[in-house]
Amino acid sequence: MPANFQSTRDSLQIAVSRRALLAVLASSAALPVLRILPAKAAAAVVSEIAPGVFVHQGRHALFSPDNAGDISNPGFVVGQSAVAVIDSGGSPVVGTSLREAIRAVTDKPIRYVINTHMHPDHVFGNVAFEADTPEFVGHHKMARGLAARAERYLTINKGLLGDAAFAGTKLIPPSRPVTGRLELDLGHRTLELVARPTAHTDNDLTVRDTETGTLFMGDLLFSGHVPTIDGSIKGWMALLEKMAGEPNARIVPGHGPHSMPWPAAADPLRHYLDAIAKDVRSLIKAGKTLSDATETAALQEKDAWLLFDEYHKRNVSAAFAELEWE
Amino acid sequence: MTRLATFLSTMAITGLLAAGLAVVPSLAAEEVDVWPTLQKDVFGSRVAVEDPAVVTLEAPVRADDAALVPLTIRIPASAAATAKKLTLIIEKNPAPVVAEFAFGEAAGTGDRMLSTRVRVDMYSNIRAVVETADGTLHMATKFVKAAGGCSAPALKDTDAALVDAGRMIVKTLEASTAGLAREGQLMIKHPQYSGLQLNQATGFYIPAKFIREIEVKRGDQTVFKMTGGISISEDPNIRFSYAAGSDEMLEVVATDTDGRKFTGRGGPKGS
Repeated sequence: MPANFQSTRDSLQIAVSRRALLAVLASSAALPVLRILPAKAAAAVVSEIAPGVFVHQGRHALFSPDNAGDISNPGFVVGQSAVAVIDSGGSPVVGTSLREAIRAVTDKPIRYVINTHMHPDHVFGNVAFEADTPEFVGHHKMARGLAARAERYLTINKGLLGDAAFAGTKLIPPSRPVTGRLELDLGHRTLELVARPTAHTDNDLTVRDTETGTLFMGDLLFSGHVPTIDGSIKGWMALLEKMAGEPNARIVPGHGPHSMPWPAAADPLRHYLDAIAKDVRSLIKAGKTLSDATETAALQEKDAWLLFDEYHKRNVSAAFAELEWE
Repeated sequence: MTRLATFLSTMAITGLLAAGLAVVPSLAAEEVDVWPTLQKDVFGSRVAVEDPAVVTLEAPVRADDAALVPLTIRIPASAAATAKKLTLIIEKNPAPVVAEFAFGEAAGTGDRMLSTRVRVDMYSNIRAVVETADGTLHMATKFVKAAGGCSAPALKDTDAALVDAGRMIVKTLEASTAGLAREGQLMIKHPQYSGLQLNQATGFYIPAKFIREIEVKRGDQTVFKMTGGISISEDPNIRFSYAAGSDEMLEVVATDTDGRKFTGRGGPKGS
């Protein structure tokens, strides 16, 4: 039976950093939040964070049969003639729930399914939209990154999700690769897609609804959930610095609240990456090893993030392997 | 194919273990102790004996990144003079012998240390076997929980990994452990294709291509000569102790399976 997804706002507030929490509160106060009640039991709970812009907030968790892969923030934007889906969640179940939520709002055709990057929790729901025959849109490097990891992703996810949530899984890579910029017309509403340089992964794509100034950042922004580095820490730090100057009314993080103010939303993440880079660089300078670094670097960040124990050491390991070549 | 099929099915098992699920399907291969056969394949009739007086191995209980698992091997000064060869083995890897290090004169007679980073494909014993001058084998063993290290792209930016291939850094370090005469480090940019990584463009597996040999000299004396395989992580990275000498410059020559040669040198400041 398909799961009915609940917002995790309450649990989120337990361990997010003070700054992130303030950002959440600020955004909640400033924006009209409309909770669309599911028309059917299967529909995902989504919030209309700006006119025509809807986001479902996933839980801060690892893949499990219990959450069925509902662990990231998929969303959709409704134009006058079409709908674009932005990320599809971590399983066919989540994708189907998202589709139900869309159908509770509009009957317009789902013309685009955009993935912000290759990770399973953002891509594995694509299959739920296959019958709509949309264009699947992603960074031009996404298909390569996904293919290189496909077997591992499929095997691991099958094990983590269990048969029920994994059933019907099929990886659908982008049919329309984005190099540089691309505009998509939804009917008197334009989405601006930008293929970013290597940061969280080597295939991060942002999606901006020009109508409302809402930027879907994918996993270029984590809030509450500890970030994961699968690209380049230096690239990510540089990109966030650059993006801080881009005018956005609000952003949607890949993990975190539905909607956050920009650029304040990135402060905790930038602080975390800076802390790792600073510690790792000084350990490298002191001739310390990779093992030394994973045991000591940026541990003071622990209380600011959920799932810290699951991902932090791996982040340090990745940062060390990158920064030791400086 | 069979090997790959086995490899994939065992990855499914480790995925379940990682999830902490109670139900773990039994798999005959998991329960078989592969070491007796492996030991015979690698060392013939000689039997390696656990011997902390000759060799110790440091490894994480659970790897943070299965494609980048740090290992440190230590041989105390009391055994260093007679330790002539070190063999690293990851029992359950598709190619279990990670590398052999034949020590030379410049490895010295003080406390000896060597550390590197390896790929671990599934939960496995890792063994460091030291052969001493009398031909006997001394061993240290650690069980490491990690999965998928041989098929994963280790470093994250595929294009950056290829652009820099062949670049080498050789440097000397403040010794990390008291009693080590000198400590050096070599780093080589190399994709270390394992043969188990998929080429997205062709749908075929990328043929194995990796650093086959590395010789490290201090002046004209050998510190060690390594013969290695696909279990050494992308961008091979080795830290090692060595003895002081009149010529303090470290000279490194590495050769990959295509016969490409990479060289690097480095020494203490002021030399």
